[in-house]
Amino acid sequence: MAEFTLPANSVIKTGKTWAAPAGATRVKNFRIYRYDPDSGENPRWDTYQIDLDQCGPMVLDALLKIKNEIDPSLTFRRSCREGICGSCSMNIGGTNTLACIKAIDAFDGDLQISPLPHMEVVKDLVPDLTHFYAQYSSIKPWMQTQTPAPPDRERLQSPEDRKKLDGLYECILCASCSTSCPSYWWNSDRYLGPAVLLQAYRWVVDSRDEATGERLDNLEDPFRLYRCHTIMNCTNTCPKGLNPAKAIAELKKKMIERR
Amino acid sequence: MSLLTPFKRASGLGSTSDGVKHWWMQRMTAVALVPLTFWVAFAVASHTGSDYATVAAWFTQPFTTTMLTLFVFTAFLHASQGLTVVIEDYIHHDGVKVTALVGMKLALVLLGTSSILSILRTAFAG
Repeated sequence: MAEFTLPANSVIKTGKTWAAPAGATRVKNFRIYRYDPDSGENPRWDTYQIDLDQCGPMVLDALLKIKNEIDPSLTFRRSCREGICGSCSMNIGGTNTLACIKAIDAFDGDLQISPLPHMEVVKDLVPDLTHFYAQYSSIKPWMQTQTPAPPDRERLQSPEDRKKLDGLYECILCASCSTSCPSYWWNSDRYLGPAVLLQAYRWVVDSRDEATGERLDNLEDPFRLYRCHTIMNCTNTCPKGLNPAKAIAELKKKMIERR
Repeated sequence: MSLLTPFKRASGLGSTSDGVKHWWMQRMTAVALVPLTFWVAFAVASHTGSDYATVAAWFTQPFTTTMLTLFVFTAFLHASQGLTVVIEDYIHHDGVKVTALVGMKLALVLLGTSSILSILRTAFAG
């Protein structure tokens, strides 16, 4: 059955509070999910009191400040700090987003930060994305053709056909959408989830790709595609402002079109 | 312990090449149920307070028999398709899942058939 409650060893306890330095004027509490599988202990909420006058504007700035100056054991992924690598996706204030492009002052009061929901946790804010990446690789996210490329130039694409990729090519595979989807929570073993389906659609509508039929064959499945119940969490949460739900709807339309 | 590779796990038993029919039928029955449900609701409400003989006479009209039968058939078909998805969503134990799916379908066939027979019996036998 679907699990609606946490198993005993996953119940989150209250952890340590790291007080703000003396003289801090603009203090904000960051409640952060901490879990170290090697310790054998339950996960816990640690609270870090940060002086916002001594911290950069983004949530990632606060996390880096904590790691650099307060608690070096805090573990999270980050790289580009400008919303293009997708590494720092996490649940911030109840919504999956990228820590690097989410401003701290978008939230009033205490700010709670946890890893992407319903994923196995490697440590602290780092989820295990192995299965997510394997699902991505299963849709063969590269151009497949029978016709050889022209010897003297690239494969041509009209501006109109190129336009069809807008809203799709921008996806950075941060997994915010997939891990916000209840259908993906319950059935990610077989359901591909919004991110991978958006990527699948990106190749289905690419005018240069010649494997459209095979791609649709591979998706036509009660679980791979049709577990999407248009819940729309994916579109609500996408930090890049994309619309995976629409891409999935377009895939469903293609399935009807080819009947 | 399983040593399956992540790719093997993600690709599973492959695509069933199925699902579009179920999805489309669920949508079509949903669309059909909009006018049918309104019609049934208004038609039944308009007979509030009528005696049995009046309602039974109304049942014998061909249009009424057709619409009521269509409504019941479409509603039960739609319910069956919706519940199939709900069961597949939430029940992950194969044995329990198959039992629930078969049990649900049998129950709906029983209820749907008896509803349609009741309509026809009232229409043709009074």
